[in-house]
Amino acid sequence: MLTSALSLPRAMVDQVLAHARRDHPDECCGVIAGKDGVATRVFEMDNAERSPTGFTFDSAEWLKVYRALDDADEEPLIVYHSHTATEAYPSRTDILWSRTAGFGHWLLVSTRSDEDELRAYVITDGEVVEEALTIT
Amino acid sequence: MSIEVRIPTILRTYTGGEKAVEAKGDTLQGLIDDLDSRHAGIKGRLITDEGNLHRFVNIYVNDEDVRFLGSLETPLKDGDSVTVLPAVAGG
Repeated sequence: MLTSALSLPRAMVDQVLAHARRDHPDECCGVIAGKDGVATRVFEMDNAERSPTGFTFDSAEWLKVYRALDDADEEPLIVYHSHTATEAYPSRTDILWSRTAGFGHWLLVSTRSDEDELRAYVITDGEVVEEALTIT
Repeated sequence: MSIEVRIPTILRTYTGGEKAVEAKGDTLQGLIDDLDSRHAGIKGRLITDEGNLHRFVNIYVNDEDVRFLGSLETPLKDGDSVTVLPAVAGG
């Protein structure tokens, strides 16, 4: 059931999809900043795990990104990452980390085929709800 | 001795919405104990029941991740700045 909605500009979506393709076969990860719930800019991050099955923000890079957002009165609105062999749906590990990561939205890309798969979710107390994603 | 501690949005429920608070301590452990005496409950989000730094948070002293310093034993001095962020990971 789609009870909430997320809107993203086409250029941001294209940037996220390109990042996922570039880092394949490893997972990519990053942040989309926002202001008053509206996406403002994309920060492509290093996956410190460099792994096809998991991601972790590099802690030094994450501090720099967080500072940049905080100084500009923006918020970490969306965390995005890719799955390289499975569908664009939150894994059990994603759900575990969602409890403390502090992001309102989880954007998932799958690079398992040549076809682009991009889906958005809100994860609250371990419950995954897919959002209607509008690309403007 | 007073040290500024920057608090991420997700933990500001413990600081009455404040982005940064002051605390005292000669080590990170001491600072967190002091922080918890003013903002009850925050310690449980930073340190596990076994007394280790929680893997779900990153703590930085002067922009250096304390995992690469001395973890909870990291010494602090007047004027240091401490930043707490949620660690972000997934699978």
